[in-house]
Amino acid sequence: MAAQAHNAERLPIRAQEDVVLIRQTVRDFAKQLGMSLVDQTKIVTAASEIARNTLIYGGGGWVRIEVLESNPRRGVRLIFEDQGPGIPDIERALQDGFTTGNGLGLGLGGARRLSNEFEIVSRPGEGTRITLIRWKL
Amino acid sequence: MDRIPILKMGPFLLVTIQVDMHDRLAMMLQEDLTGRIAAGGATGVLIDISSLEMVDSFIGRMLGEIAGMSRILGAETVVVGMQPSVAITLVELGLSLKGVRTALNVERGMELLRASVDESEATYGGPGSQR
Repeated sequence: MAAQAHNAERLPIRAQEDVVLIRQTVRDFAKQLGMSLVDQTKIVTAASEIARNTLIYGGGGWVRIEVLESNPRRGVRLIFEDQGPGIPDIERALQDGFTTGNGLGLGLGGARRLSNEFEIVSRPGEGTRITLIRWKL
Repeated sequence: MDRIPILKMGPFLLVTIQVDMHDRLAMMLQEDLTGRIAAGGATGVLIDISSLEMVDSFIGRMLGEIAGMSRILGAETVVVGMQPSVAITLVELGLSLKGVRTALNVERGMELLRASVDESEATYGGPGSQR
């Protein structure tokens, strides 16, 4: 059976305050799903990293937060989208310590480690879409 | 909230982070703290993060930078009260907070700071020395 998504919420990423609201919304979703505190914290932290990247490197964008049901599993799926310059070398961007800004270069690789499923689709000049899933264990 | 309050207690500065900080607020705290150390000659900084439900790479970096800058200005920093779920997540994220002293709670953090003050007085000659 294909995965079904529901309870979706779409939030803008235009300012630093939006990143905080996204963290809180993702926390609410994870809590409602009955995730453990550690799992909640992992998906919230991953969301924070990617939301900041969307803001700084993507020039802002949107996130879609939803409950995903793929019988018998349930999880939280986050889809971040921007119309920024794109990521030219995704493999390199995923390496710890690689950054084109002045951060630590842990955002993408760290967020991937904190997710159960992680996908980046990026086209130079068109934008980036990053999808994260954390299943309730 | 516009700013995180910084309390002075004897030679120490105390900060309790009770809000989910956006990046600019974290940067302001870093600037305020280093400014206060430089102006008032504090020898210790205690940062209580027991209310924080998440520490991402930006906040983690800020904690490391505060510790580093304080040290250069002559103050030790201790970060206390990190929730276990936050610690587990930080390590998986890839951040070990190298160079940041941590303690389980405020009480132990204060003990650490007092001990480091005594130590530096013994080494460099503070008020209790013969110089």
